[in-house]
Amino acid sequence: MKNYEVTFIVDPVLSSDEIKGTAQTYEDLIKDGGGKIVHMDEMGLRQLAYPINRRSSGIYYSVEFEIENGSIIQNLELSMRRDERIMRFLTVALDKYGVQYNEDKRNGKIGTVERKEKKGKKDKKQISRSVAPTEAIAEARAKGPSSGPSAPKVPPADAYNEPGNEEE
Amino acid sequence: MANRDDIKFLSNPNIGKKRKKYCRFRKFGIKHIDYKDPDFLAQFVNEQGKILPRRITGNSLKYQKKVAVAIKRCRHLAMLPYVTDLFK
Repeated sequence: MKNYEVTFIVDPVLSSDEIKGTAQTYEDLIKDGGGKIVHMDEMGLRQLAYPINRRSSGIYYSVEFEIENGSIIQNLELSMRRDERIMRFLTVALDKYGVQYNEDKRNGKIGTVERKEKKGKKDKKQISRSVAPTEAIAEARAKGPSSGPSAPKVPPADAYNEPGNEEE
Repeated sequence: MANRDDIKFLSNPNIGKKRKKYCRFRKFGIKHIDYKDPDFLAQFVNEQGKILPRRITGNSLKYQKKVAVAIKRCRHLAMLPYVTDLFK
C-alpha cells in the first residue's frame, strides 16, 4: 500500500459550490480507483507567488491517499490536465518519513516557523517528534543555533585585567 | 612561555574562533522536508528567491538535495517565487 499526496490549485473565480464540487470529483475518482483517502486538506485561498493564467490567487487542496495499485494515478493526472478549473497540480509519492510527518502535523506535534518583524535571523521550526524526546529538542531550540559548542567562557578576571599585581 | 596565568591581553584571545557549523536536519533528527511549507523553506533561499549554497546553510549533502527538491516543488505550486527582489 503506497502512500501518495496530490496537491492541486483550483481557480478562485468559481463559486464555492463549484470549487467544492471540483475537489469532490477527485476524491471520488480516487475512491473509485480503490484508494483510501487518509486526509483531505483544504488549505484555502492563498496568494500565488507569481501569476498563473493571469490569476494571482488560488484555492489549494491537498489530498493524501493510500492505494495498492498506482496505475490509477495516471488517469487522475490526465483528468486534472483536462479539467479547466484546476490551474496546477503535483502528485508526490510519500515515503515512510513523509507519512509520519503528515501524521504528526495533523496531531499538532509540528510547530511553525515564527517570523521576526525585523530582518534578523528567523527562529528555526519548533519540531517535536514522537521519535525523539520532546523536551531535549525543545531545550535545544530554546537555546538557539549557537548552542552546539557553547561560546568559550571568558576566563575569570584574574587572567587579565588583574586589578592587583601588574608585572612589567 | 605563553599560557602564563598573569599574561594580560587587550581583548579576549578567544575572539574570532568560528562557530561550529552543523546540519540542522542531522542534528535534530528531521527526516522529511515538507514542500508545502514556504515559511520553513524561506530560510534556505536568499532575497532574490535563489537557493542558498550548502556552505552557507551548513546542510549535509543529503539534506541539501532534499531541500532543493522541496523548494523546486514549492515553486511549481506557486508558494515560492522563481525570481523576485526583496523577497525577505
